[in-house]
Amino acid sequence: MVDTVTITTLDVEETELRLGLPGAGDKKRGFEETVDLKLNLSSKDAPSDQAHFQGENVTDDANTSSAKPPAKAQVVGWPPVRSFRKNVIARSAAEESAFVKVSMDGAPYLRKVDLKMYKTYQELSDAFGKMFSSFTIGKCDTQGMLDFMNESKLMDLLNSSDYVPTYEDKDGDWMLVGDVPWEMFVGSCKRLRIMKGTEAKGLG
Amino acid sequence: MCLFQSVMNYFPEEVLEHVFDFLTSHRDRNAVSLVCKSWYSVEKFSRKKVFIGNCYAVNPERLIARFPRLRSLILKGKPHFADFNLVPHDWGGHVYPWIEAMAKSRINLEELRLKRMVVSDESLKLLAKSFPNFKSLVLVSCEGFTTNGLAAIASNCKFLRELDLQENEVDDRKGHWLSCFPESCTSLVSLNFACLKGEVNAAALERLVARCRNLRSLRLNHALPLEVLQKILVQAPQLNDLGTGSFTHDPNSETFIKLKNAVKNCHSIRSLSGFLDVNGRCLPAVYPICANLTALNLSYAPGIFSNELTKLIRHCKKIERLWILDTIGDKGLGVVANTCKELQELRVFPSDLYGVGNAAVTEEGLVAISAGCPKLNSILYFCQQMTNAALITVAKNCPNFIRFRLCTLNPIVPDAATNQPLDEGFGAIVQSCKGLTRLSVSGQLTDQVFLYIGMYAEQLEMLSIAFAGDSDKGMLYVLNGCKKLKKLEIRDSPFGNMALLSDMGKYETMRSLWMSSCQVTLGACKTLAEKMPRLNVEIISENEGGAGEVEARLDDRDRVEKMYLYRTLVGPRTDAPDFVRTL
Repeated sequence: MVDTVTITTLDVEETELRLGLPGAGDKKRGFEETVDLKLNLSSKDAPSDQAHFQGENVTDDANTSSAKPPAKAQVVGWPPVRSFRKNVIARSAAEESAFVKVSMDGAPYLRKVDLKMYKTYQELSDAFGKMFSSFTIGKCDTQGMLDFMNESKLMDLLNSSDYVPTYEDKDGDWMLVGDVPWEMFVGSCKRLRIMKGTEAKGLG
Repeated sequence: MCLFQSVMNYFPEEVLEHVFDFLTSHRDRNAVSLVCKSWYSVEKFSRKKVFIGNCYAVNPERLIARFPRLRSLILKGKPHFADFNLVPHDWGGHVYPWIEAMAKSRINLEELRLKRMVVSDESLKLLAKSFPNFKSLVLVSCEGFTTNGLAAIASNCKFLRELDLQENEVDDRKGHWLSCFPESCTSLVSLNFACLKGEVNAAALERLVARCRNLRSLRLNHALPLEVLQKILVQAPQLNDLGTGSFTHDPNSETFIKLKNAVKNCHSIRSLSGFLDVNGRCLPAVYPICANLTALNLSYAPGIFSNELTKLIRHCKKIERLWILDTIGDKGLGVVANTCKELQELRVFPSDLYGVGNAAVTEEGLVAISAGCPKLNSILYFCQQMTNAALITVAKNCPNFIRFRLCTLNPIVPDAATNQPLDEGFGAIVQSCKGLTRLSVSGQLTDQVFLYIGMYAEQLEMLSIAFAGDSDKGMLYVLNGCKKLKKLEIRDSPFGNMALLSDMGKYETMRSLWMSSCQVTLGACKTLAEKMPRLNVEIISENEGGAGEVEARLDDRDRVEKMYLYRTLVGPRTDAPDFVRTL
């Protein structure tokens, strides 16, 4: 008889098996250490101290305790997927799209950009230029934007009424765009604000 | 027979050779060489292509003696489960001795295809230097080399047509291997370096592409940005097979618009892959070429959402081979079923390997595909759950499967609707698909499924079993029933000595048997090794201590963690590491 408490009512997460992250491949976890499974063992000479399986009949036993799925277990080599593929997925998981809000002082509305679309500050700067070209007050054309990324010109511009790109990082601090390597910036940027130069004097 | 013999002997050897040229299958040529001595001799000297499914079944010297005029060699090394980290790192499968022997004997090697082998830079350098007519190198799931080895190939192989690297572990020294193709190299037809992690010199690549007018297949790695792809497509609109590198850019940018135009011009592309780093909004750039695609691989792109995937797939009416991730979802598979009426092979890979919680596919998607795609004959399906009812329906819809591989993310999950084992479902598959040659089972399974497999899977050559069965009977059903079985791999299943030893002669008809985390003991393995001298029975230890240490600890009654046995003509191998003991 089939017990009415079926596996499908269980939380999907409980039935999910996970692998360790790449790099943890040397950790060879024995099957019995990680998975609480009970499989039928009919062989009489199963060595007791090395048994991988606990001998309980699961096939027609209605007791749900015997059908308890492995919770967040880690089984070596399961699901069977090559390392290359696992690494690609891992890399992508770390690289999901990073949409952040971009506000520009004086513009009537905000925009959103996916920082993953760009590989350098230059590209981002070009994008800003296009995005906000219709809103520019003062010298905020593409060339002007280029100058913002150039530290030596930045001080000149800060004293003018031109604009300075800033961002809010993970800690909630407002930072000047351009100081850290691009990847680090993408990882820590929560939102962008293109400030009026006069307001940005305190930064950097 | 006598009359036939004398008639055939009337023909000079050249004629026989010419006739044999039409035999392309290895099995046919093997059969022909058994007919009589003169046929053996003609076949021997005219054999150009040799396939060796297990590199330890023979050795280089015997190969060269048997087929002295060979030009093309396919070699496979490690057992299949090595792909999933079940085989320790230095187990073996080195290609160097083969290359060394062929170089010494001045074999006119032109093609080498390796799978799961260890390929050192020394091997590649020796290969590059020794075979002046070398044309094609294909490495699949190999390891042990760096980009320095590739540089040697690029520099020295003057007539290289094909360099195809598929899913290898390459130590990328970020060298300039691609720049090593000399300006005089114009012979490339196929270049695939998608698995390399490092940067390549984009300018060198563009020049290479420009001068190789016969280039038909090009697969880039993720380090190459869209700008480079665009320039390459402008140079090589004749491509049949394209693997994009990175495919992410601002869709409003000029580069992207140029790319769209370049793609439109590529009328010959039939196979598309890559998208190693992709933004879904860039996908529309490839819509113009989708109508003619026969092969599409989007399985490296977890960032594409299901709706973007399905929008793309709706354009691909002629697809025959589709590899995707389970991010497509059951609904997306429904779209595939409605659109891709020519589909023959489908592979749905898992996207959630790290417990992020992405939705996967279920039995519904599989049923939809089976109902919608009448030509389907090969499937690899990673799914959250499965039911017997679904499998029975699939079996009815698709009696033409030659390859059926099902992998439930939880290896012992029962029927999602009835909580029963999945025996009946797989039973239906083997009963219906009379031409099935490869099967992987998963989910909760008892001995019953193996009874069905033994009874019905008459053409089965390869069977993969994990976490299944109740007793030795299961394995026995398979060994007794599947007459054409060549490769059997079993993990974490309660099969033991009785099954292992019941029909020892069977293993000489097979290529190999792998058993890990099962119930076989050292004593039984020793018995088998003793009775069957033409098998190598390898015990592979977990701990990489010396063999002496392993022997001292293990007693005949102890279970063996990993056993790999295979037929061989050349006895125990001489390159086994410490933790491998051939009994």
